[in-house]
Amino acid sequence: MSQGLADRGSKKEHNAGRETSKKMTGAQAVLESLKREGVDVVFGLPGGVLLPLYDAIYQSDIRHILVRHEQGAAHMADGYARATGKVGVCIATSGPGATNLVTGIANAYMDSVPMVAITGQVNTWLIGKDAFQEADITGITLPITKHNYLLRSAKEISQVFREAFYIARTGRPGPVLIDLPRDVTVDEVDFTWPEVNLPGYHPSIKAHEMQIKKAAKVLMQASRPVIYVGGGVRYAGAQKELFDLAAKINAPVTTTLMGVGCFPEDHPLSLGMLGMHGTRYANYAIQESDLILAVGARFDDRVTGKISSFAPHAKVVHIDVDPAEVGKNVRVDIPVVADAKNALAALAKEVGPKPRGEWNEKVAAWKKDHPLRYIPDMNVIKPQYVIEKLCEIAPDAIITTEVGQNQMWAAQFFVHKDPSKFISSGGLGTMGYGFPAAIGAKMGRPECEVIDVAGDGSFLMNSQELATAVVNDIPVKVAVLNNGCLGMVRQWQELFFEKRYSATILGRASPDFVKLAEAYGAVGLRATKPSEVEEVIRTALATDRPVVMDFIVSPAEKVSPMVPAGATLSEILELEWCDEAQACHLEKIYAEGRREVYGEEGY
Amino acid sequence: MKHTIAVIVENKSGVLTRIAGLFSRRSFNIDSLSVGATDNPDYSRMTISVQGDRDVLEQVIKQLSKLINVIRVSELDPSESVERELALIKVSADKQTRSEIMQIVNIFRAKIIDVSHRSMIIEVTGDEEKIDAITGMLRQFGVKELVRTGKISMIRGARSIKA
Repeated sequence: MSQGLADRGSKKEHNAGRETSKKMTGAQAVLESLKREGVDVVFGLPGGVLLPLYDAIYQSDIRHILVRHEQGAAHMADGYARATGKVGVCIATSGPGATNLVTGIANAYMDSVPMVAITGQVNTWLIGKDAFQEADITGITLPITKHNYLLRSAKEISQVFREAFYIARTGRPGPVLIDLPRDVTVDEVDFTWPEVNLPGYHPSIKAHEMQIKKAAKVLMQASRPVIYVGGGVRYAGAQKELFDLAAKINAPVTTTLMGVGCFPEDHPLSLGMLGMHGTRYANYAIQESDLILAVGARFDDRVTGKISSFAPHAKVVHIDVDPAEVGKNVRVDIPVVADAKNALAALAKEVGPKPRGEWNEKVAAWKKDHPLRYIPDMNVIKPQYVIEKLCEIAPDAIITTEVGQNQMWAAQFFVHKDPSKFISSGGLGTMGYGFPAAIGAKMGRPECEVIDVAGDGSFLMNSQELATAVVNDIPVKVAVLNNGCLGMVRQWQELFFEKRYSATILGRASPDFVKLAEAYGAVGLRATKPSEVEEVIRTALATDRPVVMDFIVSPAEKVSPMVPAGATLSEILELEWCDEAQACHLEKIYAEGRREVYGEEGY
Repeated sequence: MKHTIAVIVENKSGVLTRIAGLFSRRSFNIDSLSVGATDNPDYSRMTISVQGDRDVLEQVIKQLSKLINVIRVSELDPSESVERELALIKVSADKQTRSEIMQIVNIFRAKIIDVSHRSMIIEVTGDEEKIDAITGMLRQFGVKELVRTGKISMIRGARSIKA
C-alpha cells in the first residue's frame, strides 16, 4: 500500500496554518477539527447525549455512515484505516454505545491501527453520579487505547482533537478515545487551531547509525539469514525498502499474519507466513537460521511456538518503532529503534550485494518438498478451493477475514502482494471483524473489489451490518465458508479432546444465509458443489450490490500444517486434512437439524 | 531484586490511574509509590519501588515511557542516591513504659509529636531499614497504628532529574 502511513506528517508540517479565531458551538468545533484533520467519513450511531453533535453532523459535509451496532462502527473505522493508511473515526453515544465500541478499540490496539473513537458522555455536572447511560469509558479503555481524553470544556476541543489524531497516526499507531460530555458540545467557543504540545511524546523515527552499521555487519556475516516481517512494515509503508534489501542480499522473507502481503508471495525469496499455521518451510528456515532480522514484528506466541527453543542458532536483530517491543519476548542482540521504512532504507544502503548461496538452495528445496496443499474433491467443496478460485478470479481484491479457519485459509491460499489488501484481526482475534472491516475498506477505496472471507460462525456476529451496506449502497461481497461448525475450535477438539465437540456444532439449519441476505435487501447466492463455485463468484463480482455467497463446504476440513500449542516450530505437523468419518458424522447431524426446521425438502 | 525509579509526570487528572493500571495489567510488582509536586506546578514526581530482575525493570521503564503523560523515567542507583521515608507510629505507652520508649526514640533520632495517658505518636524519618528497625524495637510496647509514606529518593551530587 503506497499510502502506508506515508501521511504521517512531521510535527512541523502538522502545525502549519494557524489563523484567527471563529465563534461556534462545541459540536461545530468537533466537526471543524475533523475537517481540518482531513476526515471525509465517520462511522457511528447517535444517542441522547450526542444530539447536539449529530445536529452539527447533519449540517456538515463529512459523510456519516449509520451503523446498526457500535461494534460495527469501530471495525469499519479500523478497516478504513488499514485500507487507506488514514486515521479511521467512529462515534458512539455514552454508556452502552461506548461499551459496544470496546471490542473494536481493543482490536485496533492489538493490531496498532490508527483510529480516533469519539464517545458521548453525560453532562459534566452529572459525571460520577451514575446518571442515565453513564459509563466511565476513559477508565474502561485505559489499557486498550494508546491514549484517551475526557473533555472538561469546549475550549479544549481543538487542542485535544489535534493531539488525538497526531498520537493515533505517529510512531506505533493506535486508537485514541475522546469522551465528549454533552454540555461541552453545547457551549460556545472561539475556535482556534493550536499547535500540538505533547512534552511526553516523542515517537522515534530515525535509526541510530551505529546500530545500522552493526546490523549490516551481522547480516553480511550470516550464512543462513531470515527476514521476519510484521505489521510495522505495512504501517511504515516500507514494502519497497524491504524488497530492495531482501533482493540485494538474497535473504528469504517470512511474514506474520499482520505482515501478510508486505513481500510478494509469488517471489522466490518469499517463505509465506510463519508460526502455528505458517508454511513448513518458513518454520524450518527460522529454526535453522543463524540470523533473524525482525522488522516491525513482536515475537507473538502464535509465531514463536515454544519460546525457549525458538530459532536456537540465530542472532536477533530487531527493528521496531516501539522501544518496549525490543527485548519483551526474546533476547535481542542488536536493537534498532526506528520506523521500518527509515531503518530498512539505511540498512539496504549499508550492506553489499550477496549472491544466492547454499542457504537459498536449501530453502528452495523445502519449498518444493513441503508446499501448502489440500486434497481436492469432485463432489464436496473444499474451503481452500474457494479461496484459490477467489484469488484466480479477483487477484487484486481487498480481502478481509473473520477469525478462525476461514482466516488461516485466506492467509494461506490467496497469493498476497499488498498488505493494504489483506485485512485481518491478528492480535485480538475478533470474530465478527471481517464484514464491518470490509465495509470500512470499501468506503476508503471504492475502486477496489472488497471480499470478506467469513465462516458461518463469525459472520453472524456482525451480520446486522448488511443493513448498513444495503442502505448506504456499499457493494461488498461476503464469502461464507459454511462448514456448520466453529471450525477452528472443532479442529482442536478433534485433535486434542478425543472428538468431543462441546458447543462447536452450529448446524446448517439456521440461518439460511441466502434468505438472510435477501431479508436485508442484499443478494444471496449458494454453491453446494465444486462446479458451482466459479459461477457464484463471478455472479457476485458482477453484481453492483452487497452479496452474500454461501459456500457449503466440507465440514471436517482442518487447517494444516499446524504447530501444536507449546511445541517447537520444527515440530510442525502435516495434518490429515479431512477425516471422512468425522465429515459423515457432522453431515448427519446437520441433515437432521435441517429436517427438523424445514421438513424433508431442506432449504 | 528491588529497584527505585523516579517518574516525572504531567500534573493531570487520571495520571496516577494510568500508572497504577499499567503495573497491574503487565503484572509488575510495586513495593511502594509516593507522589508529590515538583518545583514546576505542571509536573509531579513519583518515586516507585519495583520488584523484579533486569528484564522486568527494563520493561517497566519502557512501558512507563510510552504513556503520553509521562515526561521522564529514571532509575536511581541506591548507592548513588539518598532515600528517605517518613513514618508515624502510635505506640501504647503508660507511666511505666514512657521513659523507655523515649530512650529508643532518642537513639533513632525520631520525634514524639503527640502524647496521651495511654499512647504516644512517634515521627521517624530515614531509609526503609531504619524505619523497620525502630518499628521492631517499639513492637514490644504495642504498636497501635503505623503509617508510612513510601520512599522518596534523590541522586547525590550536582546531577539532577528534571523534566
